[in-house]
Amino acid sequence: MPISDFQVVIGLEVHAQLLTASKIFCGCSTAFGGAPNAHTCPVCLGLPGALPALNRSVVEMAVRTGLALGCEIRPKSVFARKNYFYPDLPKGYQISQYELPICEGGEVTFTLDGRDHTARLVRIHMEEDAGKNVHDVAADGSSGVDLNRAGVPLVEIVSRPDLRSAEEAVEYLKALRAILMALGVNDGNMQEGSLRCDANVSVMRKGASELGTRCEIKNMNSFRFLKQAIEFEARRQVELIEAGEPVVQETRLFDPDRGETRSMRSKEEAHDYRYFPEPDLPPVIVEAALVERLRGELPELPRAKAERYQRSLGLSAQDAGNLVADAAVSAWFDAAVAAYGAGPEAAKKVANWVIGELARLANETGEAPAAWKLTPARLAAVLRLIDAGTIGGPGAKQVVEEVFRTGAEPDAVVKAKGLAQVSDEGAIEAAVDKVLAANPGEVEKYRGGRKNLVGFFVGQVMKEMRGKGNPAVVNALLRRKLGD
Amino acid sequence: MSTPAKELCRLGLREAGAGVAAKAISSTELVEASLARIQATDGKLGAFLAVCADRARAAAKAADARAARGERRSELDGVPVAVKDLFVTKGVPTTAGSRILEGYLPPYDATVVERLEAAGAVIVGKLNMDEFAMGSSNENSAYKPCHNPWDLSRTPGGSSGGSAASVAAGQVHASLGTDTGGSIREPAAFCGVVGVKPTYGRVSRYGVVAFASSLDQVGPLAREVGDAALVLRTIAGHDPRDMTSSTRPVDDYLGPLEEGARGLRVGVPREWLSGGLDAGVEAAIRAALDTYRRLGATLVDVSLPHSKYGIGAYYLIAPAEASSNLARYDGVRYGLRAEGAKGLKEMYAESREQGLGAEPKRRIMLGTYALSSGYYDAYYLRAQKVRTLIRRDFDEAFRGCDVIAGPVTPSVAFALGERTGDPLQMYLADIFTITCNLAALPGLSVPCGLEAASGLPVGLQLVGRPFDEATLFRAARALERELGPLPAPPEP
Repeated sequence: MPISDFQVVIGLEVHAQLLTASKIFCGCSTAFGGAPNAHTCPVCLGLPGALPALNRSVVEMAVRTGLALGCEIRPKSVFARKNYFYPDLPKGYQISQYELPICEGGEVTFTLDGRDHTARLVRIHMEEDAGKNVHDVAADGSSGVDLNRAGVPLVEIVSRPDLRSAEEAVEYLKALRAILMALGVNDGNMQEGSLRCDANVSVMRKGASELGTRCEIKNMNSFRFLKQAIEFEARRQVELIEAGEPVVQETRLFDPDRGETRSMRSKEEAHDYRYFPEPDLPPVIVEAALVERLRGELPELPRAKAERYQRSLGLSAQDAGNLVADAAVSAWFDAAVAAYGAGPEAAKKVANWVIGELARLANETGEAPAAWKLTPARLAAVLRLIDAGTIGGPGAKQVVEEVFRTGAEPDAVVKAKGLAQVSDEGAIEAAVDKVLAANPGEVEKYRGGRKNLVGFFVGQVMKEMRGKGNPAVVNALLRRKLGD
Repeated sequence: MSTPAKELCRLGLREAGAGVAAKAISSTELVEASLARIQATDGKLGAFLAVCADRARAAAKAADARAARGERRSELDGVPVAVKDLFVTKGVPTTAGSRILEGYLPPYDATVVERLEAAGAVIVGKLNMDEFAMGSSNENSAYKPCHNPWDLSRTPGGSSGGSAASVAAGQVHASLGTDTGGSIREPAAFCGVVGVKPTYGRVSRYGVVAFASSLDQVGPLAREVGDAALVLRTIAGHDPRDMTSSTRPVDDYLGPLEEGARGLRVGVPREWLSGGLDAGVEAAIRAALDTYRRLGATLVDVSLPHSKYGIGAYYLIAPAEASSNLARYDGVRYGLRAEGAKGLKEMYAESREQGLGAEPKRRIMLGTYALSSGYYDAYYLRAQKVRTLIRRDFDEAFRGCDVIAGPVTPSVAFALGERTGDPLQMYLADIFTITCNLAALPGLSVPCGLEAASGLPVGLQLVGRPFDEATLFRAARALERELGPLPAPPEP
């Protein structure tokens, strides 16, 4: 199938939960989890008579998001009702924005294969989340409705169909996620659904000017699923076209277990949401002074930070990009660099630990950087122990892991575990002699010119010394004994 | 004490409150008298959907304890009142006159209920109404019609029919209703009591089961203008839970009450008195206008040229909002759920089919149609534009007058069953009241006499500038003082 004859065209609708303490239209908690319906009140339950009262911090977060993405902020935006029936939608409508959203325009720039790409935005609007239906909980087979999420504030960030591959879509989403996290408006947690997206996917023959018929794939909550879903969907559409069949505009669901998209509803049965201005909420007025204050409070955004890392810390583009993908990680990195000492060399060492060992450990425990027991100061202490020759590379790894798990002080770990590096020439010489005596054949080959065998001897000596030998001393002694 | 229950019940609201404060009567006596009168008369009247005797007796006891300590929460401390069943009341059945909410016990109180109780008023029950406040005769109540105490064969008007009838019949001293297109003023006129639809945003709608959110407004009904003013002062004012409620301070309605009509410029819209009115009603209205002139007011000819589009605009906007507001009654979480439905869609459809009456269904269909894609611009949006024109008519008229006066309804109370077969005919009952809602203005109905032929009450409507309820009360009081009180309606 010549899929290469086709161009895939993608637009994303990203739903991001705003990090407010209370819901968008009432005072209920937005905390994740909790017993079903624990975080509910007449307002978010949509009980008869209840009315929404807008949480102003939602507006501020939406404006921050818009400013960071270069949007126009509407001085007067309007909430609307989006009407449809679903058991998890307590009022029978979702309060969202329609004709006059709070932000319009803007763009997201991301890097793929070393090149910068920019996707333009249509709009950002505020809305409330729905609840969720819970199936297979009751003995009688009936379903339950959990409205803890109902009324949780979201922004929906809608891009134009500017993305041209699944990889671009993923990098776009990663860049957007990094920005939202840097702004402190979203926690980036895709597993818990605080960041999720719908993708509008169509294909067209290369060189064509008219977009093909699109399908909307709903609710993907990981980068991997997004990529898989787009790839599957593009292939499906190309196959249809090649077979002379039409692509039908419809809404589809991605099934992660089977790696495919499935029809959810077609255009014929598509909802008519009957939007109209929400009569219970006056228009949202955003004063120019507020916009200017929020603009002044914007933090350094990921791309600017990555450039700074490259420019002033001499990090590679890849390392810098890696660090800024998660604002909490880059904040931790900044603190560690500050604790250890500035300068490109120091920064590079810290970056290697953060991107390598710490990322691995954090991945295992799932802890956010702020909760790491290995504080920036403790990593700095470990690095200073290495610099002083007290511990070597392998020992340092053990120390870091132990500190990460227990929060103990690095020097205490070194002592307790006996990880201090041995630089004593007598001890090292004894080990060297033992290794040379045990491997006469290799010694002969080395002396015969196979100089690369030095690595073998170093390895054996280290093994003999259980990793604690000072590599510089081991090397020097080996070379002397081997007659260099 | 040996004052007969009936006499206690005929006391004005402020009179009763003053009696409690002076310890001349107790709140318990007032409440017992009210409960007894409800017991004695409501079988014929049908004004109540629920009576909460225990809650009322406990509240009365607390009020008496306060009186004994010389404390008084307000001028209506200890006085029995009742509220339309559209207001949610914690633990007390709230049905909005609909089967779909049968058995529903709300977990919270409406703001206006909280405010009445905070002022010491004793709520004795929930009043009959047209289902979801949709109707002009109270015959759309899913439970029973309410009857007009002046003539039990006639309607008390709707949708706050129970609120008007209970006050007129002396079951309670005052009540609350809601007015979306005339639903306080029309029954007030039919039953010969004072009914006030305040400026939109003057009273919180939090806890009011929504019909048409941009039009609904809560207001008082009482037998005297001053009593209505007192109740409005009690419930009015900003509520952070209702973002459409105004932060503007509440005026002192009672202060200027007795200032009279001298110097008042009373606007008379020529469109309101040019045909379509029953002769007896027209005669009573013209006599009331003459009274104003005699009292030193100036009558000013004004015009409301877009009034004639009011009904049309209203019957697009109100059903559009209603179709959305009533979507929550789906059988999923509370209220009626159809038994034996197969699957979700059938459960929705069957629950709504069984739980909703003909009028809500009719309006849901109308509203759904008016909002659907392709029709929005032609109907909903156009109606909103008409609404703006109507508002401008009033702005223009108020340049030349302080208050607008005219009929509330084209006829006196009509017979039960007379119009139920013809919804359009029924909708026309609101022809004079609807524009006031569309323009978000305050409106008031005050009795201006009895129609000569039928002996039934006629109401005069007064419409004011936004938030100028004070002038309405003052003008209404001037007429009330001049005409004297209506006789009590016959015993049911």
